[in-house]
Amino acid sequence: MIKKRTRNHDSSTWVFLSPYIILFTLFIVVPFLAAIVLSFTYFNAIEFPSFIGFSNYIGLLTQDEVFMQYVLPNTLTFALIVGPGGYILSFILAWTLAQISKGPRTVLALIIYSPSMTAGIAMSVVWTIIFSGDETGYLNSLLITFGMIFEPIQFLQSPEYLMTIMIVVTLWGSMGVGFLAMLSGVLNIDSEIYEAGYIDGIRNRFQEIIYITIPSMRPQMLFGAVMAVVGTFQAGAIGVALSGSNPTPQYAGQLMVNHLEDYGFIRYEMGYAAAVSVILLLVVYLFSKVAWKLFGDKEEA
Amino acid sequence: MAKSSFHGTKINPSKFHWSQMKFYLFLIPLAIFMALPIVYILFHAFKPIDELFAFPPRFFVEKPTMQNFSDLFSASSETGVPMARYLFNSIITTVVVMLFTVLISTMAGYALSKKKFRSKKYIFEINTVALMFVPAAVGIPRYLLIENVGLIDSFFVHIFPLLAMPIGLFLVKQFIDQIPNELLEAARLDGANDYYIFLKIIVPLVKPAIATIAILSFQLVWNNIETSTLYVNDEGLKTFAFYMSTLASQVEGNTVAGQGMAAAAALIMFLPNLIIFIFLQRQVMNTMAHSGIK
Repeated sequence: MIKKRTRNHDSSTWVFLSPYIILFTLFIVVPFLAAIVLSFTYFNAIEFPSFIGFSNYIGLLTQDEVFMQYVLPNTLTFALIVGPGGYILSFILAWTLAQISKGPRTVLALIIYSPSMTAGIAMSVVWTIIFSGDETGYLNSLLITFGMIFEPIQFLQSPEYLMTIMIVVTLWGSMGVGFLAMLSGVLNIDSEIYEAGYIDGIRNRFQEIIYITIPSMRPQMLFGAVMAVVGTFQAGAIGVALSGSNPTPQYAGQLMVNHLEDYGFIRYEMGYAAAVSVILLLVVYLFSKVAWKLFGDKEEA
Repeated sequence: MAKSSFHGTKINPSKFHWSQMKFYLFLIPLAIFMALPIVYILFHAFKPIDELFAFPPRFFVEKPTMQNFSDLFSASSETGVPMARYLFNSIITTVVVMLFTVLISTMAGYALSKKKFRSKKYIFEINTVALMFVPAAVGIPRYLLIENVGLIDSFFVHIFPLLAMPIGLFLVKQFIDQIPNELLEAARLDGANDYYIFLKIIVPLVKPAIATIAILSFQLVWNNIETSTLYVNDEGLKTFAFYMSTLASQVEGNTVAGQGMAAAAALIMFLPNLIIFIFLQRQVMNTMAHSGIK
């Protein structure tokens, strides 16, 4: 009787689990492993891939001028500003929102969260009109009216501006799930912990944040950080969406995601593109590791 | 210690007090900045043609009209596919993906949270690592795989690749962890089997998490353009998000006719997101309280 019940349990476990596992393996694990394998081959999508060892990686790091001169520095600039910038901003916003009462907080949180629902690309229509290159563009018109410029600027086609615009647009849309997690993290801290902290000699709000708020919501901080890292590297398509071309004008907004699409789907050098994606995933992993170091559970690590 | 001597932060205050003013002074301008592009879309979508191209451009609409929407609904792509077809495809795929993502994640979350088996810890750890997965990074092998399993140009290509959502499983599993085991044990003693427990106990208790997964999955599929761009050649199988992105690229170089329509389409893209979130926001916040990675 008891034996039968356990067996029942076991079979139901896999009934519950297998749909997810199968889809997860097929569409996440297999592509990931395939990328690693392909990165060691020459593959033009027509002939069978041929093994070429580390050539793709060596080529990428030593001969790909575009990658070294533009793509890598661009990606790092973009990631270092948007990642930590967006993360710190979402913490500040979450904390500030927790200081006001519920009604206004819900409305303001909704407004701040709503840009992230729109997914950068779907909104590119707004941005292309706002930053449009002639005087009917809103920003150009505004600057001309205030006498700050005299000639309209080709914002989206000029290398000096493209990266800045990409960063602003991405930050604008980055108050997403991570932000919500941190907001509920701040709200759920027990007020007795604060009282105890004041008895222990905490004197001002700043100390309160450092010694009580952040340590008490460390799990949400980590979740938010991981979301920030992923969001940052996912946002790669924005440059292409804004400027309307891949490669972006003079590679000004070229990020790793665009570089790999350029090689994979435009030049059909799939092995090479796979090497780019492996490097990209490594970068994402390293960034997340840093977050883990900062906020992860110290006892378990 | 007497309560009166405590004068630190009052997190989550119950009512307005003048000392909160400084926070409003920071939040309100920022919220206005965040909302501007969306409000702009709203006005732009209702502008008649002469206001769309007025110089200097005006932010507010003066004589609102539905013209852009009727243009949009009677429009069709260059290949002759009517706009309604794209919208239809989007709605069907979105509903199907949401339903199945919720079901699959909740089922897996239940097994990972309440069942005992050896590989459980590893599966959850792999899933946590996969939170960092950036689909765009493996676009090529994904393409080859989808080609090999014969999904190219089929309706299911909009559905299958999006169903396994690591963040969905993560959130629901954390949530189910809060349900006391005793509750399930009691039900089991009463003779309930696993499927009964799942449907009658777990599902009702994790509604907030289910709402959250539904929203996240909605955003993923409703805004998805990659599938239509990369995996679908048949114009009649592409989605509204894709159609909208082609309108956006027509705005490039200021082709006159498309702008109002593009704004109307952007509004149609955005509104369902907003409405769903407003309805489910309480559940989402409730779920997020358990979202921490420990």
